[in-house]
Amino acid sequence: MRARKNPLLRTRRPLLPPGARSRAAHLLAAAAGQGRFELPCCTACGRFAWPMPELCPACLSEVALQPAPAAGRVISATTAEVPADAYFRERAPWRVGLVQMDCGPQAVVHLGPDCAPGDKVALNLMLDRAGQAVLFAAKKGQDMTADPQWHEMTANPRDRRVLITDARHVAALPLARALVKAGAQTVVVGVPEDWKPLPARAEFATIPGVTLLPLDLVSDRSVEDLARDIGGKVEILINTADWPRPGGLGAPTAAADARQAMEVVAFGLMRLARVFGPAMAGRGADGDGGAVAWVNVGSVFGRAHPPVLAGYAAAHAAALAFGQALRADLAQGGVRLLTVLSGPTEDDWFQTFVQPKVGGKALADAIVMGLMKGLEEVVVGDLARDLLDRLAENPKALERELAQGRF
Amino acid sequence: MARKGYDGVVLAAPVTVPYARFSTRPAQWWAGKALAALAQASGLSHRDFDGFSLASFSMAPDSAIGLTQHFGLSPRFLDFLPLGGVAGVAGLRRAARLVQAGDADVVACIAADTNAPQSFRQGLENFSRFSQDAVYPYGAGGPNVSFALIAQAYMAETGLTRADIGRLAVAQRANALKNPAALMKKPLSLDDYLNSRPIAPPIHLFDCVMPCAGAEGFLVMREDTARAQGLRFVRLTAAIERHNGYPDDPVMLRGGWQRDVADLWAMAGVAPGAVDLVQTYDDYPVISAMQFADLGFCTPKGLPEFLNAHDFTVTGDLPHNTSGGQLSAGQAGCAGGHIGLVENIRQLTGAAGARQVPGAQRALAMGFGMINFDRGLGSGAVVLEAA
Amino acid sequence: MILETLTSALATGAVRVVDLTQTLTEDFPTIVLPPEFAPSAPVRIERISRYDAAGPAWYWNNLSFGEHTGTHFDAPAHWFTGRDMPRGTVDTLPPEHMIAPAVVIDCSAESAADDDHLLTRAALEVWETAHGRIPAGAWVLMRTGWSLRKGAAYANLRADGAHTPGPDAEAMRWLVQDRGILGFGTETIGTDAGQGGDFQPPYPAHHYLHGAGRYGLQCLTNLHLLPAKGAVLFAAPLKVHEGSGSPLRVLALVPDAS
Repeated sequence: MRARKNPLLRTRRPLLPPGARSRAAHLLAAAAGQGRFELPCCTACGRFAWPMPELCPACLSEVALQPAPAAGRVISATTAEVPADAYFRERAPWRVGLVQMDCGPQAVVHLGPDCAPGDKVALNLMLDRAGQAVLFAAKKGQDMTADPQWHEMTANPRDRRVLITDARHVAALPLARALVKAGAQTVVVGVPEDWKPLPARAEFATIPGVTLLPLDLVSDRSVEDLARDIGGKVEILINTADWPRPGGLGAPTAAADARQAMEVVAFGLMRLARVFGPAMAGRGADGDGGAVAWVNVGSVFGRAHPPVLAGYAAAHAAALAFGQALRADLAQGGVRLLTVLSGPTEDDWFQTFVQPKVGGKALADAIVMGLMKGLEEVVVGDLARDLLDRLAENPKALERELAQGRF
Repeated sequence: MARKGYDGVVLAAPVTVPYARFSTRPAQWWAGKALAALAQASGLSHRDFDGFSLASFSMAPDSAIGLTQHFGLSPRFLDFLPLGGVAGVAGLRRAARLVQAGDADVVACIAADTNAPQSFRQGLENFSRFSQDAVYPYGAGGPNVSFALIAQAYMAETGLTRADIGRLAVAQRANALKNPAALMKKPLSLDDYLNSRPIAPPIHLFDCVMPCAGAEGFLVMREDTARAQGLRFVRLTAAIERHNGYPDDPVMLRGGWQRDVADLWAMAGVAPGAVDLVQTYDDYPVISAMQFADLGFCTPKGLPEFLNAHDFTVTGDLPHNTSGGQLSAGQAGCAGGHIGLVENIRQLTGAAGARQVPGAQRALAMGFGMINFDRGLGSGAVVLEAA
Repeated sequence: MILETLTSALATGAVRVVDLTQTLTEDFPTIVLPPEFAPSAPVRIERISRYDAAGPAWYWNNLSFGEHTGTHFDAPAHWFTGRDMPRGTVDTLPPEHMIAPAVVIDCSAESAADDDHLLTRAALEVWETAHGRIPAGAWVLMRTGWSLRKGAAYANLRADGAHTPGPDAEAMRWLVQDRGILGFGTETIGTDAGQGGDFQPPYPAHHYLHGAGRYGLQCLTNLHLLPAKGAVLFAAPLKVHEGSGSPLRVLALVPDAS
């Protein structure tokens, strides 16, 4: 159970672990943000290398990230009792280890509890509070959720207060359920156009700890009013607001739909970011239950833009751009931004899309998983993964295929 | 190919610009003061130094070349060595060959660094690419954690205990009390050492050096130059240098010295037991212990016995870090690689004052530098003999 | 003389001014169409500055809304039946139509009892027996008490659409064709009943009013402060180029009952 704040104590200001990295090392952040365990590996001789080199130390060929066996053995272990860095000093003692990785090189790692020299460990590539990739070694299968070091690398909803911005999203109800199941203390769910019926209202009411409150992302006043009420009491914000309306540029309702999609998806995010962003970034170190994550539930069509979803894709692309600005703001407080890229969801607006589509529960589970692992990007649905793979592999081919309606 | 000796190469004019825990002066000032001290000690004008070898971490935005104009030097040999604790040995080796070949006559070898309350952290942040990417983010910034990981493995390998290692730290403090320039002024007992605050076990407070501002310097020249100048000098008889000596070792259980140790003693023409005093690079006494093993004083597993069998004070049977070393005199940045060389020149020229080792004829000094990621990369050793 | 009499009556309170307008807010319900039709933009009020860094000495907002949001006016061109009417858009509207008498049909008791209450020709004829013939060129305002409702109760949406009171088809035909009214006003979101789309013709108020070049007013309030007859309405929509309607301020002049 979450302890109430002592109003006599100053709220701890967020400190961050060292965030400077070489340019090449940022490749690791992409892997860590997506939950992939990949390490620099020589493109010629196949040897893994650590730390990230510019060229292979064995043969001086180019290196690239490759999936690596995520295991190793502890060579030595210590606890930093009085680290030089203020972030670690505040959290000391901090366990650090030197690990012989199964893939070859050694690495200095954040070390889980009860790891002694000689112990076998599982390796994780995670994002720390600075949003940078770090290695974390822990005993395989060990429940790490109670470990304070692991806690820093993740955004566990347990004992945290969550805001879901749009109850009308197909994932909102299963998400509220999943968050409560994961131990969230309270879940506030925003209801846009509260004067319209909310079919799931009764079901929301049956979930303990869930409260419905009016919230219209298209209204400055509505967003600001909610922030005035609960802006300082949100540790995880999940923006589910969406305006899915198929239609190309020539669709009869294209202008109105695109405008509303922009208002909800892009400007709505901006309105949220302007008031909830600073409030959350300022509470990034507010005790164990400080603000920790912001989730934008976006669409894969923000990256791959089918002509038949012109306005929708444009709005989601805009939201991705706003999201990068928000990530930079949140990062100052060590609060992470998780971007969820979903394929078409199981709702009326994607009715004519071919299966497989993404169900609300699958989306909700993916979001909670992303929080538990501290990820920065989660792709949900086979179609979304396929589109992104095709985009990465041959963007022009994908553009032509989408123009022909070949999803 | 057998290495050519350093015949005719001598070192003279050992100088130390007295250390300060913190300084408002930049590294350039400390370097200038060392030049002035060298000039005074040698009776030469600093403008007559035709070689200038500078080691520093904190000279930015200058390197050695900027300082030539800054201090009115016109050298024909210029060297800049931001190599940390191995810079002293590395700089000496280059200077020696230069003067031996006549490419230069008098080389001023200087290490100078300043220290402000913020500079330790700033130095860490900009230390190296690998430490930025793969050490600092783990709360392991600064060498304490890295050396804790090495020390733990090395102690497990050798059977060394903290009490064994502590003997070195305790003896050095006793030596430092005879060195008026040492920053540490209080006696240290083995209990003090054992009970000191844990920093990153097995590293405790008295395993750690005190960063400070300061400068060390000496001159390298040919013997005839020294004689003409009327300077007391010592001879360079052997020197080794190695960087990243064992890249495939999973953890540092030996330094690069092991690769070249035979070369060193062959060049010196003596066995380890023939030296009268030893200056190890003591940024952590466990690394000093490693150097005794790597330089052939004992085997790694024989270290516990070795450390307990000797008296390492200036009056003992194996005087070690006779100025107090970095642990007790202070670590003035890159000057930590020069402090042992300078002390050995003093000892072998009978200029060590209250801490003089009587009759010292042959002395060994080590350099060790740059824990870039998981191990110290540079290793060096120098044997000097009294003239 | 007449205007002097009016201004002195206003000054003495013999004639009162009643504001029939709902405050324009972002959360006021708007018409709901099946979502495949293009929606109206809701009312949005976005601050430009308020004595702050964005404008240190001044306060102002950007305002955006659909033509048919808040208390608003429907011009003939709003409906297909009125598309060929001369002066059928708000910018060409004859200004003399912006000031006109109004009669009020009180359906509040019936509407309280039945969300889908329909105003019939028979009920209008009953009203005429009490108050006299509905004058040509007058606004007919249907008082339902609906403006006292808020949010969801006001929109009153169910799975089969909105359930709000309004006129039936014959009542609208009769008012327009047999009585020659200027326009029809309601407290609800539309001039038609919530279920008016299923009437014959669909949306009869829109159909008949605009087809005859007549007007609609909706989202009115304070109708209970008006007499059954004798009030004068000031209803001047914004002069929007080729506008089909606009939010507006609706005022009524009312003789003091006391």
